[in-house]
Amino acid sequence: MTAIDRAAKADLLRRIGEERILVKDGPYGSMIQSYRLDEEGFRAGRSFNHDQKGNNDLLNLTRPEIVGEICNAYIDAGADLLATNTFNANAISLADYGIAGMAREVNLAAARVIRACADRATEARPEKPRFVVGALGPTNKTLSVSPDVNDPGFRAVSFDEVKGIYREQIDGLLDGGVDFILIETVFDTLNAKAALVALDEAGEARGEVLPVMVSMTLTDLAGRNLAGQTVEAFWHSVRHAKPITMGLNCSFGATELHPYVNALNPKVDSMLCVYPNAGLPNELGQYDEPPEMTAKLVRGWAESGWLNVVGGCCGTTPAHIKAIAGAVAGIKPRRWRTLPPALRLSGMEAASFL
Amino acid sequence: MPENRATFINIGERTNVTGSARFKKLILDGDYPAAVEVARQQVEAGAQIIDVNMDEGLLDAEKAMETFLKLIAAEPDIARVPIMIDSSKWSVIEAGLKCVAGKPVVNSISMKEGEAPFIAQARLVRRYGAAVVVMAFDEKGQADTRARKVEICRRAYDVLVNRVGFPAEDIIFDPNIFAVATGIEEHNNYGVDFIEATREIKATCPGAKISGGVSNLSFAFRGNEPVRKAMHSVFLYHAIRAGMDMGIVNAGQLEVYDQIPAELRDACEDVILNRRDDSTERLLELAPKYKGTGEAAETQDAEWRSWPVEKRLEHALVKGMDQHIVEDTEEARLAIARPIEVIEGPLMAGMNVVGDLFGAGKMFLPQVVKSARVMKKAVAHLLPFIEAEKSAGSRSKGKIVMATVKGDVHDIGKNIVGVVLQCNNFEVIDLGVMVPFQDILKSANDNKADLIGLSGLITPSLDEMVTVAEEMTRQGFKMPLLIGGATTSRVHTALRIAPRYAGPTVHVLDASRAVGVCSALTSESGDQARDFADKVAAEYEAIRVERAKGDKEKLASLAEARANALSIDWAGFEAPRPAFTGTRVFAEYPLHELVERIDWTPFFRAWELAGTYPAILDDKVVGETARKLHADARRMLDRIVREKWLTAKGVIGFWPCRSDGDDVVLFEDESRTRKLSRLHFLRQQVAKRAGRPNMCLADFISPQADWIGGFAVTAGHGIDAHLARFKADHDDYSDILLKALADRLAEAFAERLHERVRKTLWGYAPEEALSNDELVREDYRGTRPAPGYPACPDHSQKPELFRLLNAGQNAGLALTESFAMVPTAAVSGYYFAHPQAAYFGVARIGRDQVEDYARRRGVTVEQAEKWLSPNIGY
Repeated sequence: MTAIDRAAKADLLRRIGEERILVKDGPYGSMIQSYRLDEEGFRAGRSFNHDQKGNNDLLNLTRPEIVGEICNAYIDAGADLLATNTFNANAISLADYGIAGMAREVNLAAARVIRACADRATEARPEKPRFVVGALGPTNKTLSVSPDVNDPGFRAVSFDEVKGIYREQIDGLLDGGVDFILIETVFDTLNAKAALVALDEAGEARGEVLPVMVSMTLTDLAGRNLAGQTVEAFWHSVRHAKPITMGLNCSFGATELHPYVNALNPKVDSMLCVYPNAGLPNELGQYDEPPEMTAKLVRGWAESGWLNVVGGCCGTTPAHIKAIAGAVAGIKPRRWRTLPPALRLSGMEAASFL
Repeated sequence: MPENRATFINIGERTNVTGSARFKKLILDGDYPAAVEVARQQVEAGAQIIDVNMDEGLLDAEKAMETFLKLIAAEPDIARVPIMIDSSKWSVIEAGLKCVAGKPVVNSISMKEGEAPFIAQARLVRRYGAAVVVMAFDEKGQADTRARKVEICRRAYDVLVNRVGFPAEDIIFDPNIFAVATGIEEHNNYGVDFIEATREIKATCPGAKISGGVSNLSFAFRGNEPVRKAMHSVFLYHAIRAGMDMGIVNAGQLEVYDQIPAELRDACEDVILNRRDDSTERLLELAPKYKGTGEAAETQDAEWRSWPVEKRLEHALVKGMDQHIVEDTEEARLAIARPIEVIEGPLMAGMNVVGDLFGAGKMFLPQVVKSARVMKKAVAHLLPFIEAEKSAGSRSKGKIVMATVKGDVHDIGKNIVGVVLQCNNFEVIDLGVMVPFQDILKSANDNKADLIGLSGLITPSLDEMVTVAEEMTRQGFKMPLLIGGATTSRVHTALRIAPRYAGPTVHVLDASRAVGVCSALTSESGDQARDFADKVAAEYEAIRVERAKGDKEKLASLAEARANALSIDWAGFEAPRPAFTGTRVFAEYPLHELVERIDWTPFFRAWELAGTYPAILDDKVVGETARKLHADARRMLDRIVREKWLTAKGVIGFWPCRSDGDDVVLFEDESRTRKLSRLHFLRQQVAKRAGRPNMCLADFISPQADWIGGFAVTAGHGIDAHLARFKADHDDYSDILLKALADRLAEAFAERLHERVRKTLWGYAPEEALSNDELVREDYRGTRPAPGYPACPDHSQKPELFRLLNAGQNAGLALTESFAMVPTAAVSGYYFAHPQAAYFGVARIGRDQVEDYARRRGVTVEQAEKWLSPNIGY
């Protein structure tokens, strides 16, 4: 494989982003569910000491054709940014399936399958280049909050451990050929910081600048994440990494995210990327917001001049992405102002000193 | 938060083991909870950043830094501000950087060891995303003169900005504040050196900020706090003008420059600006005179006592502190022309701050109620003076007459609404509980009220509210009618109450909505009030239209519902036999046994704090408030138990019985020949999916031979004396707290007795071993439905249950005409033991069942409809 000039890819993304609103793909989990795979369906003949049913990340290795099929569905829907199916492909989360040791292998395979799909699509339509984004999920452990109510100083995992498992994942994804790293669904800022430190160290080791996208998620309707941070406080915590995109994903539907996209818009001096859920889940935990509705809500943001990149999270499907792509086509992308120099700090709240 | 040009950024210095002997002792002793409080006080006192330093030889500084930062991360009112990680050891700083979610400041790095380590550390600071303090220190040592300070800072700036790529705005220089007036001549110009260097660095290092540890300056005067504070204020006055942006100070302890006595200020200025050769001697001479004057102000507690009276009143209101409120109110009264103006001026201004904070979600109900307590005390102090002056009365936003309707005795929610409205400048005339409509309407007329608010908790109160509405129409009332209380709803108000009253009728969901609704309805611009009323009327009309075309046909007929009853195979079933037949009395149940059974979640809900206990205590938004409320509650519980404020009385009974259709027939004897009573239950008629029965409580009882139980308990005896005491003390907070706790104790009593029933008294589940959580989730066998609640929604079944239990004599319980229990903190119900017995809601029922029920009860259909009105689905 020829080496990827990631800085050039980031420049290209920014350049296209000046002309139109870019579209990111949707999730893998719910699409995989529709294949109704059984245990053997996940294993595909390989042997494991632990049940693998439900281990969506494993499919990158055992069923790459399924992952590719989903990716192609998003490509056909018009997605410019294609994320890897690696939300849980880190050693902490994979340990739940007894395959913590396979993290590198899974990420490598995940990056390769999306890279191949993206390259085919770019070749077919060179005027619409596709970008491959290596996705890092939040893991199922948190650095900011004690899992033990009676011992608020306790943490189930250390910063260095989290940094370590992210580094392994990042290296796997980069070696598999992703263009950028996406730190997504961040509910714990410290976990994200560990990922950013890992990324910086990986870049130093490789001698290249690694473009990163950061996407926060909110854990309550008051607009805070698990560490208690507001969206602006979070932005201050990660802004030093100069993300190519900063934004929000998951959390709620577009209706509930509205005030927080509005809050971020004037503060973010990079591309703003939002990919909401398909509304709120119903009593059965299912998302039933139809594509047209999601698309209509997202179009409202685009018309307000809030969007550079938009896609879908939980409950969205290729049909949603297609509707979203159609809805934002032709609308001018967001422009941001240069922020005045200030000492921008944060605790749970942002503090800016001019 | 706005990007503010804060005139000066206070960095809290007390969480520093090198600067605070007290903090050092706490950390060395491992008393982290107290150490966390130090941080909290700093933020409360106005620190915008808090400096944390653990550099102490006896400590594992890395571990201490980590532990402390993780602990304060869990405290929303501390962790909201940024952290300054302060250490001279890089390993401690890096340990700290791994614990902070926000963007912190590293304090500090320097070129002490040369450029290479400086650059390496700066890159790491950047990697972790922190800002940095750079100390004016290089290979030759710490900079003391203006020239050295400027030279080192410029060089560091160049390295950072041009070689590391560090953003200039994230650089803070500390050009070293050294002690002056030490008696050593070389030290005399240190103040001037810092101030001048600051000016020059700011001019030549654009974007960078200047900070410093201010307390070093006055080191020579340790032990003389007033002089030290004066020196700090004078120094900052000049340094800030030169461009100093921030400083590590004891936040909240700075003297106002203009308020320093002139001779002291001049003497300090001479020293700091190095204006005279003998300035040190002159300040030394003057110092003893000021020593001690400010000693008492050492604690932050006393600090606010020195503020102007208006600020003190506001502070006391916002903080809910009533220790000094009477003396402060008196001081304000003497200073202000008319006593009423104390209320309209500073007190209302303070309450407006409270109202704004509450509206913005920055204060929560328990705090607001505490604020109101302070306000009430202040007003109570002023009232005699106002009376004496025969004032025309204050101009409130509006006047509301509030009452719990006839037949109902529940008033926690109503009292909360009353308090919140008072906080927002409404005049509240609270008529109390069990108020007949005549009294409500008369009071509204006599007082020329703007609004009437009705409250009720039990379902018969819904009917009584309809009655009030009809009477208001009959008497030609036009003022808005507000409806609130646990069983009320927007739908009920729209369907049943609003159509009976010509004026605006509005359902108010909870206390937090009450202000908005009342303000809109009493708006001085009549248009706005009309618009609001029209909007609500339109919404309610929409509900009525929706309901009219609604899902009536979905109800099954009573015959169909009965055919789809829960079918239990009774063949071979042998009903477990209770330990006794008849009643057993618990005359004075030990309260301490109930305390541990309290289910706290509904307690917090009563205070409009959403969340599940115990997670709510750590909730990011309401956790702080919940913890304080919980602590207050625990304190009061201790007194309730220790001082026997309340007496818990209860009675239970078991009777042989058999089911007969939807009825259960009770007998005196086990041969089931002497009939004792007949209980009438209701059956679900809503359409069910296949396989789901239409439930009725009678289904859980065998038609051959079975037992049923009953209970009535209260924890409310003795409460009135204490409530009277709180009322006399204008203490709504304690009033509501005690009522809420008595309710919880009554529930805990019911829960505890039910457990004993299952394990021994009835004894059908002797092996049961459930945790409190499982108990709350009702993971046990059997159920204890209460008349008036969803499984048997007719409150009018209570008199028969009370008769069976002789609850009047046995538990001292009585019923009102609407079947509310008195004392209010009470629970009554039935026991069902069958393994399939479960809680359910009867929900909507059809006319056929109402007619059948009327026949079974031997009453008219109209009477039955009145009793069952909340469930009527036609």
